[in-house]
Amino acid sequence: MMENLFLGAIIAIKESIDCNKEFLTELDREIGDADHGINMARGFEAVVNKLLADPQTDLAAGLKKIGMTLLSTVGGASGPLYGTAFMRAAIPAQGKTEASKELGAEMLQAAIQGIKDRGKAVCGEKTMLDSMEPAYHAFAEGIAKDKGFLECLELACCAAEEGVEYTKTIIAKKGRASYLGERSLGHQDPGATSVLIILRALTDFYRKNS
Amino acid sequence: MKKIINNPVNVVDEMLKGVVAAHPQYVRRLEGLNVIVRAASPTKKVALVSGGGSGHEPSHGGFVGKGMLDGAVAGAVFTSPTPDQVYEAIKAVDGGEGVLLVIKNYTGDIMNFEMAAEMAEAEGIKVDKVVVDDDVAVENSTWTTGRRGIAGTVFIHKIAGAKAEEGGELSEVKRVAEKVVANVRSMGMALAPCTVPEVGKPSFTLEENEAEIGMGIHGEPGTHREALRTADEIVDHLLDKILADMDLTASDEVAVLVNGLGGTPMMELYVANRRLAEVLGAKDVKVIKTFVGNYMTSIEMAGFSISVIKLDEELKELLLAPADTPALVQF
Ligand SMILES: Nc1ncnc2c1ncn2[C@@H]1O[C@H](COP(=O)(O)OP(=O)(O)O)[C@@H](O)[C@H]1O
Ligand SMILES: [Mg+2]
Repeated sequence: MMENLFLGAIIAIKESIDCNKEFLTELDREIGDADHGINMARGFEAVVNKLLADPQTDLAAGLKKIGMTLLSTVGGASGPLYGTAFMRAAIPAQGKTEASKELGAEMLQAAIQGIKDRGKAVCGEKTMLDSMEPAYHAFAEGIAKDKGFLECLELACCAAEEGVEYTKTIIAKKGRASYLGERSLGHQDPGATSVLIILRALTDFYRKNS
Repeated sequence: MKKIINNPVNVVDEMLKGVVAAHPQYVRRLEGLNVIVRAASPTKKVALVSGGGSGHEPSHGGFVGKGMLDGAVAGAVFTSPTPDQVYEAIKAVDGGEGVLLVIKNYTGDIMNFEMAAEMAEAEGIKVDKVVVDDDVAVENSTWTTGRRGIAGTVFIHKIAGAKAEEGGELSEVKRVAEKVVANVRSMGMALAPCTVPEVGKPSFTLEENEAEIGMGIHGEPGTHREALRTADEIVDHLLDKILADMDLTASDEVAVLVNGLGGTPMMELYVANRRLAEVLGAKDVKVIKTFVGNYMTSIEMAGFSISVIKLDEELKELLLAPADTPALVQF
């Protein structure tokens, strides 16, 4: 069961990335180099193929496999960042067989720390952290208020959405968009947007399958 | 989009096959990887590995050969290669004396190459790196990513490559590479954008009479747009920005690179070089060596960049040393 849900969730993410491939690439065309959607689609296609060929029964092993696959197929800035994020998320998942909201929060936190360690960015620099960190805080707050898993995910999505909006109002200080200086204002960050797309796909998947 | 390609997804693979088919005496490709290495097995010398996204041909594979690089890693078009590919390149070229990675200053390139270096170091290979950030169009401030690496990188390949060929040890090759980075400055401009095959449409649009100033080499927008000016005015502008950031005085020696971005006729590059030579001559700066041509392109972008490197005796000697590679042969 766990195995099927895991694969199902990853396929849902892949499909959502595919649907948004052009949108993400277009965002990156405006303030980067027009490859973010292509990079992410290439990566998640490889991830799904890997998981189909070699089904993972263990959550931690599955996450690690995703991380390694993203690392070796995405490239650019987002490859090492997403790759590290998934590999770090595998650490708290070690030995767990049941996905819980507490584990979800731990995984998200570990993923964020991985991105920070690798990319040396902090919030407010117009990167994927600007949607991911608020999402984590909203998720954790949901847990503190004793909300259900789905509601926590929905809160995280809302916060990530606001985070994406916020990236329009700030100047990029990390990544390729930073070369634009003030010209990056008014544009939303592609990486922050792909984080939101992944979160939304997960939330929709959970809603349908819980 | 109008290009001589088959399936856009296969462009990098097919391009690399074409490179190897054209230059078997110089290079071979590591099986199953997008890595070009010298045809001959590694010798007991420091090895240089460079790389980056594809679309910059002849960079970087074209500079693999005696006196320059030992390996070049090709990512997807305009996308940094992944750590596993860079790691395989490092392993393949290491002759026991260590490997210097030449990285252009982009977040993605730095992270992917650093992860590869960590993997190789874990296997006991000596790895060091130099980060190239020659583009003066971009503000250099510590709170951002800093400047980009563009065509000036070719001077690192040439000069550090010569030092390695001469038998310099890793720390020495790195010192020389860093000296090049400290002394080279570049800036470019574009008349027309380029189209990434998988994207299918141009990276930006320019009106008939418009030019983009301070272009990167990935179709990223530059610093600003302006009405197209004459070749002389453009060269003066780029050179002003470059020289404002260099400590050049009369009788200093330099080398210059007038680099086409892929869609610029040699005729125009020479017209630009004429002005460049004139202005430097008027300042009594001695141009020891001039390169004009497509060295680091941006697919079919129309435009060019100027790179100027200030030379001391050591850099000059290494720059003039022989090189034998598909894209640069020098006796
Ligand atoms: N140092 C960093 N820390 C966190 N995220 C970053 C960093 N640098 C870039 N990013 C994210 O990566 C995204 C760009 O990814 P992508 O286009 O795939 O790579 P590249 O910039 O190399 O072309 C940006 O929108 C940003 O969110
Ligand atoms: Mg990009």
